[in-house]
Order: sequence, then C-alpha cells, then structure tokens
Amino acid sequence: MLGFGMYTQALDSAGAAEPQGDVDEVARLERFQARIDRDEKIEPKDWMPADYRQALIRQIAQHAHSEVVGMLPEGNWISRAPSLRRKVVLIAKVQDEGGHGMYLYSAAETLGVSRAALIEQLLAGRAKYSSIFNYPTLTWADIGAIGWLVDGAAIMNQIPLCRCSYGPYARAMVRICKEESFHQRQGYELMLTLARGSAAQRAMAQEALNRWWWPSLMMFGPSDAHSVHTAQSMRWKIKRFSNDELRQKFIDVTVPQAQYLGLTVPDPELRWDEPAQHYRAGPIDWSEFQAVLEGGGPCNRERLAARREAHEAGRWVREAAVAYAEKHGAHAEPARSG
Amino acid sequence: MSTAIAAERPQATVEERFEYTLRLADTSLVAGQRLAEWLGHGPALEEDLALGNIALDLIGQARLLLALAGRIEGRGRDEDALAFWRDAGQFRNVSLAEQPNGDFGQTIVRQCLLDAWQLETYASLAGSLDAELADIAKKAAKECRYHWRYSSGWLVRLGDGTEESHRRIGAAMQDLWRFTDELLTPDGLDARMAECGIGPPPAAVRERWEQRVAGVLEEAKLPLPARPHYPWHGKRGVHTESLGHLLATMQHLPRTYPGVSW
Repeated sequence: MLGFGMYTQALDSAGAAEPQGDVDEVARLERFQARIDRDEKIEPKDWMPADYRQALIRQIAQHAHSEVVGMLPEGNWISRAPSLRRKVVLIAKVQDEGGHGMYLYSAAETLGVSRAALIEQLLAGRAKYSSIFNYPTLTWADIGAIGWLVDGAAIMNQIPLCRCSYGPYARAMVRICKEESFHQRQGYELMLTLARGSAAQRAMAQEALNRWWWPSLMMFGPSDAHSVHTAQSMRWKIKRFSNDELRQKFIDVTVPQAQYLGLTVPDPELRWDEPAQHYRAGPIDWSEFQAVLEGGGPCNRERLAARREAHEAGRWVREAAVAYAEKHGAHAEPARSG
Repeated sequence: MSTAIAAERPQATVEERFEYTLRLADTSLVAGQRLAEWLGHGPALEEDLALGNIALDLIGQARLLLALAGRIEGRGRDEDALAFWRDAGQFRNVSLAEQPNGDFGQTIVRQCLLDAWQLETYASLAGSLDAELADIAKKAAKECRYHWRYSSGWLVRLGDGTEESHRRIGAAMQDLWRFTDELLTPDGLDARMAECGIGPPPAAVRERWEQRVAGVLEEAKLPLPARPHYPWHGKRGVHTESLGHLLATMQHLPRTYPGVSW
C-alpha cells in the first residue's frame, strides 16, 4: 500500500565512479558504443559513460516532472467534470499520470539518483518539465484538447523511446505509451462530442484548439539546427528521430483529425505539399517558447507554487510515516482485519 | 418458509426505497467528489494515487446507486440528472461526507469514520431483499474493505508517528467526531428499511462500527472522544454550509449549458 522508498533519501551516491582518462577509457567507450550499435540494452549494473548517465538522468527526470506537474492543469477540472462518466475518466487519467511519474522516478533511481533529490531540484526551480503544462485550462474543452493534442504529441515523442538503449527507461515507456494512447483517444472522443454538440460547445472546442495548437507543436523542442542535445543522444540511441521529424509526423496525423472534427487549425499558412505528401505549417514563434521555458509562461508560477505547497503541507505526514516505521520496524504496516 | 416470512414483512413504498437508495448514493458521490480534490496535491505520489483510487470506487458506487434510484423512481432520471440537477436540500448524504478536506489528517479521519460505516452497512446490505441493491453492496463492501485498510492504516501511523502528527490527527478526530451520531442513530426511514428487510439492522451496524473504530483509536494512541450531541440531518436534506459550495462547483457546467450531452 505504501512504499517507504519515497520517504527516505537512500540513493544519492551517484553511480559507481567511472575511471577517467586512462588508456582503457577509449577501449571501454568503444565497447559501449559497439553494444549500442548492436541494439543491446544497457542495464543499471553495466558500465556506462558518465555523460550517458547524466543525459539519461536529465531526460528521465524531466519526463517524470512533466507527468507530475501535468496532473495540475487537468486536475483543475475534476471537480467540474460535466458528467459522472467524464469525471471518472478524468480522475483515472490524472491518476495514470501520477503513476507514470512514479515509474519514471524509479527508472531514474536505477541510475543512482533518488526521487527525493529530483523532486528537490524541481521545487528549487533547477529542473525542467514540459512547458506545455504552463498553459492554463480555461474551459472543459481544454481537457479534450490536452488529450488529443498534448498526449498525441507526447506519444509521437515517446513511441521511439520504447526502443531506447537504456533498458529500464525503454520498459517504462512501453507501459506509458499504452496508457497515453488510450488517453489520446479519450481526448479526441471528448472533442468529437463537443464538435457535434451545440454551437456553444463547438465554439468552446475551436477556442481550445486555437490556444493549444502552437504550444503543442513547440512540445517537440527547438528546430534541429538549434537543439543542443540531439546529435549525441541519437548516437547513444536515447533519441531516434529529430525534433523536426517528429513535429512533421504530428502535423501530418493531426491536421486531418481537426478536419474530421470540423475545426480550423489556427495557422493561415498551413498547406498541403502534394509532391512531398506533407502538411506544411507556418513558422513557429520561438520567442514565446523561450519565454515560457525561462519561467515567463502564463502558469509557471502557479504550477511550481502548487507543487511546493503540496510538498510543504505533506511534510508532517511523510515525517510521521518515517517515525512510525522507525518505531515499528522498517516494513511495519499497521495491520488489522478488513 | 423464507417466502412465508418475506410475505409477512411490510413492503417499502417506492418513495421510501428511492430516498433510502439516495442516502447511500449521495454519501458515496459527495465523499468521492471531496477525495478527488486531492489529486495532484497529496503528501506523496503514492497518496495521490491511493486517494484517487478510493474516489474512483466511491463515484463508481454512486453511479450504480443513482441509476438504481432512478429506476426505482421511474420518472426517467438517470445518474447525471440526479447528480447534477438536484439542489443541496435534495441531497441525502450523511453530513460527515461533505466536510472539507482540511489537511491530510482531517481527510484521513473523515474517511476512516465513514469507511467503517460504509463497510458495515454494505456488508450487511449484501443480504438485502432488494436484489439489485444487494448486488451493488457486494461489490461496494469489497471496495470499502480496502478503503478502511488504507484510512485506518494512516490513522494509526499518524496517531503513533511524531508529536506533531499525533496532535494534528487528535484535533481532527475531536473536530469530526460530532458527525458520527448521524451515521449510527437510525431515523424512521432507517428503521423502516430494516423492518422491510432492505436496510441493515441499525443496532448491529452501530455495534460493529464502534468496535472497529475503538480498536483503531487504541492502536493510534488516541482517546475515544465524548459522545456527540448535535443531531445532524444530512440524510434528510439538512446539510452543513459546505455542501452548497461543493455542488455549485460540481454542477455548474451542465446547468450553464442545459440540454446538451458531454
């Protein structure tokens, strides 16, 4: 029922120290790269370069934080869901996100960094999470738009990660992707209900698409030319497609879905490129992306404040759980008949 | 033989069955709505997930029970019509269920006192002569057993944790205990439903609830609070101030856009 792992700080001895600079180093790196090239999975106890470990910790932590912060904008509508069925679906979805956060923190822990330390970084404002969750959910249609667009974009990013070279991350992603694609279908079905509903509901759906379209395209990150981490991550098979390739794939899949809903994609320059068989989007406003990334988005303050408040308000509870476990043995569960 | 006994029993009216089913349904719905407010704000991810699970079970129970109430009433109201289009005075939940979350300790106390009552009530309702209600109760009793394990486990951990947690959980218990009399004291409808073989015998529910709660309080090193005096009447539609706010939030969307589907 309760894992005491998260109430302790056991794991911060960051991995076995990798010897640096000796003659063996070059050979070891070559052997490592050869394993990656053969599509072998790297497991927690295997030797790995410090940079590989760091790159994975950074990416997995960012992903875990995104799941946890992502609970907030959608959680915002649980108490107002307009039918009991929608309420149950939304609770289950937000709960899945919390679960994804947990698997991902566990995957990061296999690299020698504790969940508590990662959460500390998030709360101190030193860790990133997906900027998309710094946008507000203003109407019920936003819940549909997030499922359809945000989860849709997340799936494009995440399906290739199921083949990531690091075993624990790849395995976590298999499960996460299954649940995300379920969420994506639920979100689209919600949008379809609104799009086929009253004029007010259609307007709500269109307005949500207007607000979420561009931030969703930005979820794939800067264009390849400006992306800091892409090349090395591709060599290590942490990443398998570039930001621009994935973004294009998302646009190609999503534009016809918007057409089916009878909604207009808010991009006057959007056109079908017949020879290339692709939709071409207009230019993305990267200054907005930068501003949100640097903390200037509409809800950056609120999201972080909500996480800090939950953490602080829960401190006495976590301390009590640890104190109880110390008194009664580390694995003590207050047990009585049901 | 059993048919003969059943034939001698008084028969509950449609209104009585409807009202009684709403008591159960609304208690689960309102408690679930409250618990779901925790998602994203719990003391640890594990607790967000567990509280979310309990909320899902409770709202699931409410959906089955509201649908049943709608069928008993026979006027075409479905689960959503009953959840979103009744005002506070028409809600029949016990007052304890609607109390605000407060801190985690207050939520745990509310849940623990309610879980013990729901668990005993549903366990007994599994033998109800209302076959549909009995089926729902069998499933609900299993769920409530898990809810009780969770809430009573936390009650003990917080009661026997740190000085601060002991103080907080003790204060929450003192604060919420006053709502327990409503759970345990039968009114005319509770007594009538027991006579008709639909509801549980109130004295037995009270005894088992008291035993369960006294045991867990002892383990949590908390004193048994004094008997409450004020008789709350949530189950007759007289609520505390909190319910109106809870419903205003919950119901505003369907009421702002009536007649559409979501």
